[in-house]
Amino acid sequence: MRSFSLIDFVSLFAALRWTVALVVLALAFGAPLALGLALGRISRFAGLRWAMAACIQVIQSVPLLGLLFFFYFGMPVFLGIQVPALIAVTVAYTLYTAAFLGEIWRGGLEAVKQAQWEAGACLGLSAWQQFRHIIAPQALRMSLPPTVGFLVQLIKGTSLASILGFVELARAGQVVSAATFQPLLTYALVAAIYFALCLPLTLWSRSLEARLDGSR
Amino acid sequence: MNFLPLWRYQNQLIDGAIVTLELTVISALAGLLIGIAGAVALKGRITPLRWLVRGYIELFRNTPSLIQIFIVFFVLPNFGLKLPAFEAAAVALSLYFGAYSVEIIRAGLDSIPRSQVEAGQCLGLSGWQVFRHIILPPALRNAYPAVTSQFVLLLLGTSLASQVAADELFHVAGFIESRTYRSFEVYAVICAVYFAMAMSFKALFAIVGLAAFRWPRRR
Amino acid sequence: MALVEIRDVHKTFGKVEVLKGVSLDVEEGEIVTIIGRSGSGKSTLLRCINALESVDSGEIRVEGQTVHARMPDLKKFRQRVGIVFQAFNLFPHLKVERNITLAPLLTGRIDKAKARALAADVLTRVGLADKIDAWPEQLSGGQQQRVAIARCLAMAPHLMLFDEVTSALDPELVGEVLKVMEAMAKQGMTMILVTHEMGFARNVANRIVFMHQGRVWEQGPPAKLFANPETPELASFIASAK
Ligand SMILES: Nc1ncnc2c1ncn2[C@@H]1O[C@H](COP(=O)(O)OP(=O)(O)O)[C@@H](O)[C@H]1O
Ligand SMILES: [Mg+2]
Repeated sequence: MRSFSLIDFVSLFAALRWTVALVVLALAFGAPLALGLALGRISRFAGLRWAMAACIQVIQSVPLLGLLFFFYFGMPVFLGIQVPALIAVTVAYTLYTAAFLGEIWRGGLEAVKQAQWEAGACLGLSAWQQFRHIIAPQALRMSLPPTVGFLVQLIKGTSLASILGFVELARAGQVVSAATFQPLLTYALVAAIYFALCLPLTLWSRSLEARLDGSR
Repeated sequence: MNFLPLWRYQNQLIDGAIVTLELTVISALAGLLIGIAGAVALKGRITPLRWLVRGYIELFRNTPSLIQIFIVFFVLPNFGLKLPAFEAAAVALSLYFGAYSVEIIRAGLDSIPRSQVEAGQCLGLSGWQVFRHIILPPALRNAYPAVTSQFVLLLLGTSLASQVAADELFHVAGFIESRTYRSFEVYAVICAVYFAMAMSFKALFAIVGLAAFRWPRRR
Repeated sequence: MALVEIRDVHKTFGKVEVLKGVSLDVEEGEIVTIIGRSGSGKSTLLRCINALESVDSGEIRVEGQTVHARMPDLKKFRQRVGIVFQAFNLFPHLKVERNITLAPLLTGRIDKAKARALAADVLTRVGLADKIDAWPEQLSGGQQQRVAIARCLAMAPHLMLFDEVTSALDPELVGEVLKVMEAMAKQGMTMILVTHEMGFARNVANRIVFMHQGRVWEQGPPAKLFANPETPELASFIASAK
């Protein structure tokens, strides 16, 4: 047993790298997929709408922890080769992000009134132009608060990667706690770091929300 | 891929699922009570209490549920409060669910316009009668979607209790995995069980919602 | 003794003095119409009469009883004074029947067995007997407003207050609501109403009260007031209302 020292402090902060990396990866792959899902959900083709809805339902009805284990052990089974854990975890977080953001963005798209599409069509814009110049900006404005809110969810969600052995923040906490026998100090510190990451986003999301309410 | 070796563990799976349901329902009920109390406090006039509730909400919404479970399980014993895994998880999850419930319930109550309250007062109703008959039913309807989807998230979130070895479904998965070495199959099945539970609740909530809230929506 | 006695009432919101010494008497059976520009304090005065707001100074008495937000028997008092707002304020989660019978049942005016008959009776008086099982949202604005009036009638009030009850309605729906109010007037109900319907004010009211900048600026019988306004403010208001 050793006392809690600067080293432990540093190792907790170093672990932040992984937390950030996982969030960035999840967003980089998940966001484009989410856009696809959202567009699919409002598509003219009923089959596509149903398929996308089903995908989102499935992912949102399974624990994030379950998704992580499923792909961690499943990727080798699907692909027939061993893959680095990072890839498996990235796949899980990507799908998680895509499902939740997809649903949020669909909500934003549907909140833009049908008349706006029609107005665009009357101006002779193509479907893509209508989407790009008329619908998307309004939908983005409306979905920004919940999108930022989901970001908080995702940051907190990366703590689960610890269970698969990633030395991100939560895992570093466990290690330090075990080494120093100072669970109180360690976990309080870990919680404080998450809190410092998430609180500004939460407050931002809320102020965006308030501004949106005010302008309606 | 071979799912057959899992077959003989179905009783453990069922037991695990039951513990998961217990953990979910207990935490949801306790969390809702916290939510109601918190919403009342936020509406009240005692400023320090309002601050306390705000602090509680931000603290629990901006830190991971996993860490909260760890703190209740690993840290509270230092203060003489040693809880078994299930109880520790239930406490942590109740507080987590409660933090979201406060905001949901408050938003539900706030969604009822002041003019409705006045209309009730003008008919000579008492404060409690106005709350019970005029505010509550539409507020419940407005809060219902958020409460139920938060409930499903709670159901899925109970899987984190496995990390302090509470006997719920995800922990059972680890046990079966250690016996069969069929990691992928085990977690595929577990995911399917969670999926079935979550979908059942969503269907149940949809039916209950249709039955309970019959009046037409504002146009 | 007048049914409603208002004596030098002052009311301030924050720094704005909205009522600057209003005095007004309304006799039993009288129909008094309050007109005036938006912001002149008409709604505030009605809300004070019903104790939705309390006055800063001065006094309001209804049936000899001083009105105040903390008066004893506030609930009993409110049952004797019906008020109808611009925005209907029906309860969206209750069918028309229950909207009407909720308060009589909860306040013990009637028992369950008589509730439906009461609802049917007051609905007949506003011409909506066939809507007893409808949801408020299924009704037009004019119908909703008539149900709101019926809901007040079910309390058998001694005094009715109407605050611009037709202002939120499509023009073609205004008539049906005014007709109901006219019928109530004929039956001897004491009414104080704020309205922009000058035709209605002229034909139905016993007295017109012109409010301006938080004061009763001018009052009198409709024929005289509309034909010979004494103040330039009323003259310009009448001109602009045409
Ligand atoms: N609850 C309130 N808080 C602050 N100001 C108010 C409130 N109610 C009314 N006012 C102000 O009092 C003035 C008179 O309002 P009101 O009585 O509604 O006039 P009217 O009904 O004649 O249009 C307005 O300037 C309005 O902004
Ligand atoms: Mg007004």
